[in-house]
Amino acid sequence: MSECHGCAGCAVAEPPPSLPKSARPHVVAIIGPPNSGKSTLFNRLTGLRQKVANFPGVTVEQRVGKARMQHKDRDVVLVDLPGVYSLNPRSEDEQVTRDVLAGTMPGIPKPDALLLILDCTNLGRHLVLAAPILSLKLPTLVILNMADDLKSRGGEVNTAELASELGAPVALISASKGQGVEKVFQFMEGTAAGSTAVTAPRIELPVLQDIPRCRKWAQDVGSGAGYHAPAPPIWTRRLDSIFLHPVAGPLIFLIVVAGVFQTIFAGAKPLMDGLQGLIVQFGHGVEHILPPSIFRSLLVDGVLSGVGAVIVFLPQILLLFLFIGVLEDSGYLARAALIADRTMAKFGLQGKSFIPLISAYACAVPAIMATRTIENRRDRLATILIAPFMTCSARLPVYTLIIAAFIADRPILGHFFGMQAGALLGLYVLGFAAAIATARLLKSSILKSERVPFVLEMPPYRWPTLRSLGLRLIDRSKVFLRRAGTVILLVIIVLWVLENLPVKNGQPPEIADSFAGMIGHAVEPAIKPLGFNWKIGIGLVSSIAAREVIVGTLGTIYHSEGTEDSVGLRKALQSDLSPGGAVALLVFFAFAMQCMSTIAVVRRETGGWKWPAVQFTYMTFLAYLCALITNEVVRSGILS
Amino acid sequence: MMLQMSVNSGLDAALNAATTRTLAQLPEGEAGVLDRLDLPDDIARRLMELGFLPGHTIVPARSAPGGNPRVYRVDGSEVALRRETASHLILRPSKGLL
Repeated sequence: MSECHGCAGCAVAEPPPSLPKSARPHVVAIIGPPNSGKSTLFNRLTGLRQKVANFPGVTVEQRVGKARMQHKDRDVVLVDLPGVYSLNPRSEDEQVTRDVLAGTMPGIPKPDALLLILDCTNLGRHLVLAAPILSLKLPTLVILNMADDLKSRGGEVNTAELASELGAPVALISASKGQGVEKVFQFMEGTAAGSTAVTAPRIELPVLQDIPRCRKWAQDVGSGAGYHAPAPPIWTRRLDSIFLHPVAGPLIFLIVVAGVFQTIFAGAKPLMDGLQGLIVQFGHGVEHILPPSIFRSLLVDGVLSGVGAVIVFLPQILLLFLFIGVLEDSGYLARAALIADRTMAKFGLQGKSFIPLISAYACAVPAIMATRTIENRRDRLATILIAPFMTCSARLPVYTLIIAAFIADRPILGHFFGMQAGALLGLYVLGFAAAIATARLLKSSILKSERVPFVLEMPPYRWPTLRSLGLRLIDRSKVFLRRAGTVILLVIIVLWVLENLPVKNGQPPEIADSFAGMIGHAVEPAIKPLGFNWKIGIGLVSSIAAREVIVGTLGTIYHSEGTEDSVGLRKALQSDLSPGGAVALLVFFAFAMQCMSTIAVVRRETGGWKWPAVQFTYMTFLAYLCALITNEVVRSGILS
Repeated sequence: MMLQMSVNSGLDAALNAATTRTLAQLPEGEAGVLDRLDLPDDIARRLMELGFLPGHTIVPARSAPGGNPRVYRVDGSEVALRRETASHLILRPSKGLL
């Protein structure tokens, strides 16, 4: 497209904006290669005044924020672009970057100015991106990040010389420490006031398709500016000799993984119980204040308990992202991905899918949010699509109830491992097997390997900063809570209405006579082959909100306590459900995507309804088919 | 396998194997100079953007257990590649062999 390069004569100043000042915001885009500290700078410049969404129709994350300018005569809007090495549109990231820079991305005005951020400890390689960016002829500040690293490792660069070589202002900064960031603000004040002229680079820009020539150009510019590359990072080499040691490396990896698993699974429990207690107390408080009415029932039984059931996962999500934040910012995540890669490759996935999949054992929602560390779009999509098969903690109450009711606890291996524990373990294995089989299926069909090879950059180890970790946690909680407050709230209200209408003599109906009951009866013919009756049907409908909701619903239907340890509920189920139907129900829950939080997060992360629809259909079909087979097998008595 | 080939091509293959090495065959810590990337254009370009350019020196560093994938020091940074990719990066024959 705009390969207008090397026209040394076009040293034209930007025409003054035709619109009056402050009529529209001044748009500044941040662009840079991966690992250049782009997001750190973006966070520095915007603080908390940022929002995260997806670029329309793609999986690429879009971060937009308002710069914290001192003089506020005009709003400065910052757009954080995905990390790219070039503008050749081969990946979705590069296409998005190109579209935004060309002003053809819907909803984002063409940037008025650019911040090009480069890692100055690696200028030979990073400077290559300057060629296509400077040829756009937009006011551009070239930011050399990691100034502290460059200095401590004995490298140097003459910024004044580099500025005149490139024909663009150059700022040497450390985004993580905040050094030199004021120069970036000054630049944006200048461009917002429309004062910055664009000058032509002293060195002719190279033909952009020719990578060796571009590299040569970058090398020449660098040496012209007195650039001396820093010494290799000694500490990174030392740490790698431990973390990538043939014996110690995998051991440390296993300890880290076990730590993550333990923390999100067990460590979050007290916090979750505490939060649950608070929500229940708040509900009692509301019940105390308001007179009994349909409205109170909607508020307490519907909204509070439903939204509460989702908010309860917040501690788990925060802990997981604290972990991932530390792993990613410190540089260990790349090493963990390296160690896990070979195993994951057997399933058609890659090393970076490992941590998200492990997290999915706690909850698929944070796991799917954690797939953002996977740059390869297809690998990321495959990971998102299989994550809900991992046995999440919301399945446990259902498993506990059915196993306790239907599986006799005969010992298999002494007293410690009985039939019930065996059944539970079997369900974990079943979910894992379904995930692997699906991954292989996906990678050999619709997500067939894009011909992009597995490439993993190893960043130097760094201390994570509290600031970056804090911002990340706030960001993730906002995303999660916003969803709990919108889609999920809506579904909960609809379900409540279905369970409490039509009103009979001013009273809500028995659940069997409610709309939900009618739906239960209506779906009975479809689920009868699985060994489920209409009561289970109501449970299945209600569990679309969240899997564990079925326990409470069954409690209501059978007039017993709606918890997984309820003896009454167990007895009621034993007399009402065949053994085949019970085992089929376990299998159904192992496979079905009965979780609207997951559906909502997949929609958000994939930028549309297509993938959640595919996933929901596939998982429900698989669940139905396997439950059908299970019921037939158990009924026919082959196993007994 | 050799038996089924004509004598000539078998000899060629043997000669080639003796004189050219791929990045995957380079031992840890030993420097090699990249000659060409035996890969489709778009993949080669992706790797070249990361510094795997003909004429550049590459040093294999540590690897995952089992030697795959392996980290390569190239151009002041460290990039890990799987063996299947590294085996398509052909090195210049080292001077000792010629």
